Amino acid sequence: MDDMYREVILDHYKNPRNFGTLDPADISYEDDNPLCGDRIRIDLRLDENQRVKEVAFSGHGCAISQASASMLTEEILGKTLDEIRHIGKEQVLELLGIELGPVRLKCALLSLKVLKAGAYGLKEED
Amino acid sequence: MTALSTFDSARICADFPILSREVRPGVPLIYLDSAATSQKPASVIEAMNDYYRRSNANIHRGVHALAEEATALYEGARERVARFINACSTKEVIFTRNATEAINLVAYSWGRANVNAGDAIVITEMEHHSNLVPWQMLAAEKGATLEVIPVTDDGELDLSTFDDILQKRPKLVCLTHMSNVLGTINPVTDIAAKAHAAGALVLVDGAQSVPHLPVDVQTLGADFLAFSGHKMCGPTGIGVLWARQALLEDMPPFLGGGDMIRRVYLREFKANALPHKFEAGTPAIAEGVGLGAAVDYLTGTGMAAVHAHERQIIAYALERLEEVPGVTVYGPKAERKGGVAAFSLAGVHPHDIAQVLDRDGIAVRAGHHCAMPLHDRYQLPATARASFYLYNTMGEVDALIEGLYKVKKMFG
Ligand SMILES: Cc1ncc(COP(=O)(O)O)c(C=O)c1O
Repeated sequence: MDDMYREVILDHYKNPRNFGTLDPADISYEDDNPLCGDRIRIDLRLDENQRVKEVAFSGHGCAISQASASMLTEEILGKTLDEIRHIGKEQVLELLGIELGPVRLKCALLSLKVLKAGAYGLKEED
Repeated sequence: MTALSTFDSARICADFPILSREVRPGVPLIYLDSAATSQKPASVIEAMNDYYRRSNANIHRGVHALAEEATALYEGARERVARFINACSTKEVIFTRNATEAINLVAYSWGRANVNAGDAIVITEMEHHSNLVPWQMLAAEKGATLEVIPVTDDGELDLSTFDDILQKRPKLVCLTHMSNVLGTINPVTDIAAKAHAAGALVLVDGAQSVPHLPVDVQTLGADFLAFSGHKMCGPTGIGVLWARQALLEDMPPFLGGGDMIRRVYLREFKANALPHKFEAGTPAIAEGVGLGAAVDYLTGTGMAAVHAHERQIIAYALERLEEVPGVTVYGPKAERKGGVAAFSLAGVHPHDIAQVLDRDGIAVRAGHHCAMPLHDRYQLPATARASFYLYNTMGEVDALIEGLYKVKKMFG
């Protein structure tokens, strides 16, 4: 509990990496967590080998949701869509390096949910 | 001497066992989430405990001693509730699970019998979801329309269009007595007078008012009043629908089953008399007994004194919150609201505020507080909310402010 706001998380929250949007993008997906009011959009550009060449995220939310999105964008540069589809939630929690209760877990995993939905080519619901 | 000067916070805190616990070793609890649910005094916990230890039996149909005792305790609680809100008769006090079920009871029973295609139902922009969704469901089913009383930037009902809305001859006006986010205390009596003159009935969501201020149904102007036991020092699982007797007499039953019938034949039934007509199946008996004890507790303290104490706390809380750079408090000035302060802190998500405050044992809520349309109105994804009750102290407000400075330091 006491390192929920450890330095690296606060750093990613205050100085998010790859923050912004890509237009045009090869893949774009956005989703929210209406219970908390967290919202995240992720845009990807792929190279000829279907690897992530550029990534950007935007949105708003708590430190945990924003930091996990920021960390995830760094993690997926150079990865293929197939590799992205295989990222598990443990990996995200490992990046964050903290233990979370069920409510904050949703915050932490929103970016992964958005990323995977994009990688699987889902259409946005609303 | 005013009621206020006799208000003894220390004695009141001692009545609530949970308030002396530590959240974590060395960290005492500072509970600022009573709008979600209140804590319970020992007298309520003991009444329920005694009920199970001594009197437990099913009610109403038994002739043995325990059945009679349990029935007397449960019906005694109904009498206490009736007196608490100054109802004309216990026939007007229907026990439900909570305020939400009380509102749904009206929507299903009265609504389905009286609302037709093209009819209008009035709601407000500051309602809790439980006073919105049942009307959305009814309107969708019946082809009725919803008319909305908006809120102003200051968090009050904007009644400038109310006369136009009433021109549409709505069947029902649904509004909260006190907002669970803004704290606004609405002028229910004036609104009800206008609504009645236009031929509409009035349903008041009293989930936040009945626990915190004196409510007299004979002067309030409402036709229906819904509230929950768990927000007024009572247990979860028991709530109340009060309605004028003549209305209840005309309404068809809600749920069917045991207790709500006088006589059952194979193919039809005769409904029971009030209030039992609306109480199908074995009710939450121990919870009813607990609610009776909660009403005794609040009556003993005095609702005018409770309200006066909360007005002092909220006035102080607003003053202190406003001195914290970056804090915005939503809702009207202290004189016009109850003990609820929803706020935001620039650059920090409400979740993070609540999480950091929790380290110091301070319990506040973060989110939309079941009022998404209201948050949309102010373009806020979420707010943090501190809410106060009779057991809160000025010192706890100071602790909240200190906690917010820590939040700022961490995120600054
Ligand atoms: C204004 C208001 N109405 C209705 C409710 C619903 O109460 P319950 O969940 O007990 O039915 C609440 C509780 O949060 C409330 O604050």
